[in-house]
Amino acid sequence: MNETASVVVVGAGPAGICAAKALVAAGLRPVVIDEGLRAGGQIYRRPLVDDGRSATDLYGSEAAKATRLHREFDALLPSIDYRPQTLVWNIADNQLHLTANGVHQRIGFQNLILTTGATDRVLPFPGWTLPGVYTLGAAQTALKAQGCTIGKRVVFLGSGPLLYLVAWQYVKAGGDVAAVLDTAPFAAKLNLLSAIRFDPRLVLTGMSYAARLVRRGVKLHYNVRPTGVDGSQHVEGLNFKSGAKTHSIACDAVAYGFALRAETQLADLAGCPFRFDDRDRTWLPATDDAGRTSCKGIYLAGDGSGIAGADAAEISGELAALAVIQDSGMAADPRRMSVLAGARRRKAKLRDILEKAFPFPQNWFDQIPGATTLCRCEEITVSSVIDTVHGNDLRELNRLKALSRAGMGRCQGRMCSAAMAEILASTQKLKLPEIGRLRAQAPIKPLPLSLHEAGS
Amino acid sequence: MTRRFSADVAIIGGGLVGSSAALALRLAGLSVILMDKGFCGAQASGVNYGGVRRQGRPMGQLPLSQRAHQIWPQLNALIGIDGEYQRSGHLKLARTPEDFAKLEHYAETVKSFGLDLELYTGAMAKARFPWLSGNIAGASLCPDDGQANPRLVSPAFAKAARDAGAIVLEHTAVHAAVHTNDGFALQAGADCEITCRFLINSAGAWANKIAAGFDEPAPLSRIYPSMVVTEPLAPRLPVSLGEEGGGFYCRQVTRGNYIMGGGRGYALADPDFSRPSTTAALSVMKRATTLFPHLAGAHVIRFWSGTEGQLPDNNPVIGPSGTTPGLFHAFGFCGAGFQVAPAVGAILCDLVTSGETATPIDAFSIERFRNMSSQHNEKKGTHNEMVE
Repeated sequence: MNETASVVVVGAGPAGICAAKALVAAGLRPVVIDEGLRAGGQIYRRPLVDDGRSATDLYGSEAAKATRLHREFDALLPSIDYRPQTLVWNIADNQLHLTANGVHQRIGFQNLILTTGATDRVLPFPGWTLPGVYTLGAAQTALKAQGCTIGKRVVFLGSGPLLYLVAWQYVKAGGDVAAVLDTAPFAAKLNLLSAIRFDPRLVLTGMSYAARLVRRGVKLHYNVRPTGVDGSQHVEGLNFKSGAKTHSIACDAVAYGFALRAETQLADLAGCPFRFDDRDRTWLPATDDAGRTSCKGIYLAGDGSGIAGADAAEISGELAALAVIQDSGMAADPRRMSVLAGARRRKAKLRDILEKAFPFPQNWFDQIPGATTLCRCEEITVSSVIDTVHGNDLRELNRLKALSRAGMGRCQGRMCSAAMAEILASTQKLKLPEIGRLRAQAPIKPLPLSLHEAGS
Repeated sequence: MTRRFSADVAIIGGGLVGSSAALALRLAGLSVILMDKGFCGAQASGVNYGGVRRQGRPMGQLPLSQRAHQIWPQLNALIGIDGEYQRSGHLKLARTPEDFAKLEHYAETVKSFGLDLELYTGAMAKARFPWLSGNIAGASLCPDDGQANPRLVSPAFAKAARDAGAIVLEHTAVHAAVHTNDGFALQAGADCEITCRFLINSAGAWANKIAAGFDEPAPLSRIYPSMVVTEPLAPRLPVSLGEEGGGFYCRQVTRGNYIMGGGRGYALADPDFSRPSTTAALSVMKRATTLFPHLAGAHVIRFWSGTEGQLPDNNPVIGPSGTTPGLFHAFGFCGAGFQVAPAVGAILCDLVTSGETATPIDAFSIERFRNMSSQHNEKKGTHNEMVE
C-alpha cells in the first residue's frame, strides 16, 4: 500500500521551511521532502558537517536570517515527517515518485506545495565547458558546503545580484578574485537608486559589495562580452571585450551566470498551466497571489514559481501554506494573508528594478562563434542548432530539440534550454513566447537504472 | 481570406506513411498536398522505438516488410540522410523452452521468405553474444534486420516531399472531407479549402474519424508505448533486442544511449497526449539490469510515450476504400509500423497511379471490419509484442 499525506512540501529552502512552519502552527503534520542533506536550500545551505565556521563567515549580511531559519526548521523536526536526500522525480495521479538511496517510493498527497527553487541561468560562450568554469551558484556552494574555492585565482562574470555577492564572499574567505566582469553597462546600476525605497537594506548591502571589492583592489569591468577561455585541459585565463577594448586575465577558474531560472518541471508534470513571464524571459506556472495553481491541491512558492529571492520565498512559502489551510476548511488569518500578499507584491516590484540593474545580456549570440558548444550533454554546437532552425524553418522549441538533439541529454534542457530559446527566437525573429517551451518528461533528473521498489 | 488548393492527391496525416506516400507520388509526377494536424512525423512515426525489423511479423506482413527492406538502404538517396539506419541484426530472446519452441516454429514457418534466421540455444546465444546474461532459453537472430532513428527519419521524409514539390501544410487539421463528382473537397486548418482527385487517409491513431466519415469505421483503438532511455554509454550492444511474448525490447544507438521499452503508457486528460507509466518503466529497467549486468551504475535520463493506432487483429488497414472510389486508407499499424511505412507509401503510390500493386495487401483491407459492431471501437489492444 502506498501512503497518502494530507500535505507534502517539496523543498526545504526558505519557502519550504516557512510553509512547513505555518502548516505545523495550524496543527498539520506535513511531509517535507528535500534533495539536500540538511535544510536551508541553496541560499542558506549548511556545511555537510559543522566545520567551525560561524554563520557570519558563511552567510555574511544574511547570517541572522540563515540562523533563524535553521533554528526554526530544527524546532519543527518533531512535528513533521522530514525526508532529506530524497529526490522527487515524477508526479502522476496525485502521487509523487521519490528516490532515496536507490530505492523507489511513492507517496500520495491531498495537498502539495512545490518549493523547487532555481538554478543558475547560463549562456554558452567559447570555452564555457572547459574544466574550471563554474556557475556562480556552484562557486557559492563550494564555499558554503565544502569550505573551498573553485580555484586559486577566480574571475567572476555575468549579470545578476549573485555576481557581486559571491565575488565578495570569495574575497572575504581569503580567495584571490582576479576581476568581476559585468555584462551590463555601468549605467544599468543607477536603477538601483529607485529600488532603495522598496528595500533599502538589501539595495545598500548589495551596492556595498561592489564598493568593498574595489577597496580590496578587485578590478570591475562593465559591458563585458567574453571572447574565449585560455587553456586546453583547464582554465588558464579569460579573454573578453569591454566596450571596444579587448582584455586578457590570467586565472584558473571562472564563475559565471545570468541571474537564475526557476525549476518548474514538477509543476509541469503535475499539469499546472504555464504563462510567459517577460521579466524572467521564460514560462512559469500560473498562480494566484497566494500560490494556488488551477490544479486542485497544488500550490507553488519560492523561486520555483518565478525568481524573486530568498526574502520573497519566505513570504510566498507561508502564503501557500495558509492557502492550503484555508482551502482545507480550516481557519487561516485573512489579515495575515493580505499582509503577506502585499509584501509579496512589493518584492515583485523590487525584482522588476533589480532586473533593470542586472539585465539579461541582449544580443548575446551576435558575438558567439558558431563552433561554441550549446548543449554540453549532447555536444551540439550553436551553428548546428542554427543550421537545423534554418534547414527546417523551425519555429517551436520541442521541434528544435527533436531535430537537433539539443536538450536531450542528462540535464534534459535544464541548463541549455534558455539559450536554445534565445537562439531560436532571434534566428527566426520571433518573440520568446511564440516558440513555446520544452515539455517536461520524467524523470526530472537522472535515475539509477538499478532503482528498485521499496521492499523488493 | 480562404486559401484554396488543388492537387491530384491530398494526404491526411504527415507521419511516415503519409510523408513517404507524398514523396513517392511526387516522384511519380503527381501534385500532392500533405496535411498534418501538428508537425509531420511528431506522433507515432517520430517517437517510436526505432526497430527496423521483419522478424516476428505475421506471415501476411512479410511481403510488405520485404519491400520495405529494399527501401531502407536507399534513405540517403531518397531523403538526404541515412537516418542512422543500420542493419545491426535483430535478436529475439526466449526466456523459457516453450518460448524458444515458438521461435523455432516461427523460423520454420517463414523459411521461404528469406529472412535467414539463425537459431541459438541458450548456451550458444551466450557464447555468441557474451554481453548477454540472465535466463535465456534460446534466441533467434535476423542478421539483416536493424534499427534507425525515427526522430530524424520521419520528419526527413516530409521535408523531402516538400523539397520535391509537395505542398506541406502543418498545424492544419482536416475538419471535413466529402466525395464530389470529380474527387474530394476538404476543409482544413483555419482557412484552407482543398480539392483533389484522390484522397489518402494516413492519420494514424486519428484516422478512424476520416474512415467513419466515409461510412466505413474501423475498430481502431489507441496504445501508448512506454519508453526509457539511458545516458550515453560505451558501445556494447550491437543488435536490436526483443523478447518472445513482448515485455522488453532494447537497442543501443550510435550516440551510446540504450533505448528500451515495454509495457504501456497512458493517455492524459487530452487523449492526444500521453505519458509513460512509471510501473512499466521500472519493470523495463529491472529487466535491463538482469540481461545486461554491464549496465549496473548506469542512469536513465528520460521516459517518453506516444500515441499509436491499434486494430484487434494486429494488422493494419492498407488499401482502397470499400465505399468511396479514389479514397485509400493506411493506418492502425499496431505499434509495428516504422519498418513497413516506406513500403506502404510506395504501395499507396501504386494504387493511386495504377489502381493496383504487386505487393499482396488483401489481408489489410478495411472491408474485413465491415460487419463488426462498433463496440470494438473501445477495445484495448493487448498484444504487446508488436510494439518495437
